[in-house]
Amino acid sequence: MQARQAHAPSLARLSRVTHRYGPVLALDGLDLEVRSGEVLGVLGPNGAGKTTAISLLLGSLQVQEGVASVFGLAPGAPEVRVRRGAMLQISGISANLTVREHVELFRAYYPAPLSASRLMAMAGLEGLARRRYGKLSGGQKQRVMFALALAGDPELLFLDEPTTGLDVDARHRLWSEIRALRESGRTTVLTTHNLDEADALADRVMVIHNGRRIAEGTPAEIKSRTAGRLVRCVTRLAPDAMASLPGVVEARTRGQHLEALTTQPEVLVRELLARDEGLADLTVVAAGLEEAFLALTKDTP
Amino acid sequence: MTPGRRFRIYLLEARFQFVEVLREPMFAIPTLAFPLIFYLFFGVIMGTRGVSLAVPTYVLATYGVFGVLGPALFGFGAGLANERDTGVLLLKQTTPMPAGAYLFAKVMAALIFGAVVVAALFLMAAHAAGVALYRWQWFALAGVLLAGVIPFCALGLTIGAWARGRSAVAVVNLVFLPMAMLSGLWLPIYMFPDVMQDIALALPAYHHAQLALKVIAMDAGQPVPTHLAVLVAETLAFLAVAALGFRRADSFSMRRSR
Repeated sequence: MQARQAHAPSLARLSRVTHRYGPVLALDGLDLEVRSGEVLGVLGPNGAGKTTAISLLLGSLQVQEGVASVFGLAPGAPEVRVRRGAMLQISGISANLTVREHVELFRAYYPAPLSASRLMAMAGLEGLARRRYGKLSGGQKQRVMFALALAGDPELLFLDEPTTGLDVDARHRLWSEIRALRESGRTTVLTTHNLDEADALADRVMVIHNGRRIAEGTPAEIKSRTAGRLVRCVTRLAPDAMASLPGVVEARTRGQHLEALTTQPEVLVRELLARDEGLADLTVVAAGLEEAFLALTKDTP
Repeated sequence: MTPGRRFRIYLLEARFQFVEVLREPMFAIPTLAFPLIFYLFFGVIMGTRGVSLAVPTYVLATYGVFGVLGPALFGFGAGLANERDTGVLLLKQTTPMPAGAYLFAKVMAALIFGAVVVAALFLMAAHAAGVALYRWQWFALAGVLLAGVIPFCALGLTIGAWARGRSAVAVVNLVFLPMAMLSGLWLPIYMFPDVMQDIALALPAYHHAQLALKVIAMDAGQPVPTHLAVLVAETLAFLAVAALGFRRADSFSMRRSR
C-alpha cells in the first residue's frame, strides 16, 4: 500500500488466459493487470468474458490455460481471501436473515474486519440493520452485497456489474461509495457493460470482447477511440487506405460496405469522394458513446 | 486462521443456518409439525384405545426417524441446492470461510431440528400416551434416532449436489414421503406386500428405523451389523455420488452467468 504512488505495483494479473465452457470459448488468451490503488474498469458487452475473468481472479473457477495470480499467489489461497472482497452477480443471499446478521456473519470470516457500524455507514444501510434481506428493495440489496464485500477491510475489491438492475439514484449512490473507496487507497476491479459507469469511476479501462482485449487506456482515451462518427459507403477503396487519414480510429470492410469510425468525418468524406467517383450509399451516423462502443465491439464478418 | 476464529465461524454459521431455517415456514411446518401431529393422532389419540401400548411405542421410534429425516433432506438437500442456485455458496467460497463450517452448519441445523422433534415426541409419548421404557432405552433410542442425521444428511448432500434450486424441493418430496412409507415409518412393514418389503431392504430409512425399533424390541429381527453395514455403505455411496455432482457442476456452473 505504501508504494502505491511510487510504483503502482501489480496486485493481480491474468497472463495469456484461455478458458472454455465445453465448446464455448469464453476467454481467448486474455492479459489483464490490476495495479495498486487504481479503479480498473473491465468493460464489454454481455457475454464478453468479464465474469469469467473475475471468477478466475477469485479462484471460483480453475485456470485451464495461462496464469492467474493475486498478490503474487494463487487466487484461491487463504492468504488472498482475507485481503480481498467481492460483490458478485448473484440472485441473493438468505432472505430470512437481517442485514445485521448477514454483516455479522461475513465480518466473522476475516481477521481484522471493519466495524459493523462503519460498514453500515459506508454502504448507506443506516436504519436497515433489523430489516430482513428479503424485505429490501433492489438498491438496498445491492448495498448489502457491497457491505459484505467490504467486511474484511479488503485491499482489493472485485465488483462484478455492481449497478445492474439499479435505478439512476441507487446507481449514483453506489458510484459515490466506490469513489470514496478509491480515496481510501483501496484497489477496485469493476466490471460493467455501461460505458458511462466506467467513465465515471475508472482510472483505467480495459475493453474486452469475445474473450479478447480490444482496447485499453484511460476513459478519455477509450472515449476518443469510440467517440465520433461512423461513416459507411460502398466503395472500391480498401480500408487500409482510409486508416491513415487523420481522425480515423478504425476502418474495415463489412459485407459490401466500408465502415470507418472517425473523429473527423468531414476529412474522411472529402477524401473518399475525391478518390472514388463511383462511391455510393454514403451514410454518416452520429455515434453516441454507446453506439460507438458497440461499433467497436461488433464482429467483423 | 486461529483456532478461536475458526471455532467462532463454525458457531456463527451454524447459528444463522438454524435461525434462517427456523424463519422459513415452508420448512418448519412440514418438518417440525408433521411428525408431532402424526404422533398426536396415531400415537396418542388412536394408539391408546387398546389395552396394549404397542402402537404408541412403535410409532415413537418410526416417527422419530421421520422427524430426523425431514430436516436432513429439506434443510440440507433443498437448502444446499437453493444456495448453489442463488450464488450464496459461490460468494462464500470467495471469502475465508472454511468449507467445513458451511457443511458443519447444515449438519448441526439438521441435528438440532431433529433433536427438537425427538424431544417433543418423547414428551408426548411419556406423558400423553403413557409409553413406559427403561431409562437406558430412552437414551439409546434418542442416540440411535439422532445418529440418523449422518446417512440422511449424506442423502441430502447428494440431492443438493445434483438437483437445481426449486426442482430440489420436488426431488426431496419425491424421496421423503415414499421412502417414509416404504420404510415402514407410518405402518409396520410386515403389513405390506412382499414386493414392497423387498424395496424397503434397499432404503436407509428402513435400516435406521429397524435399529431404533431394536432398542424397544419391536424390530423385524435382522441382525444389527446388517443394518449398520447397509447404512455405512449407503452413506459412502451418497458422498461419492455427491462429489461427482459437485465436480460436474464445477465445469458447468459458470455457463449461465458468463
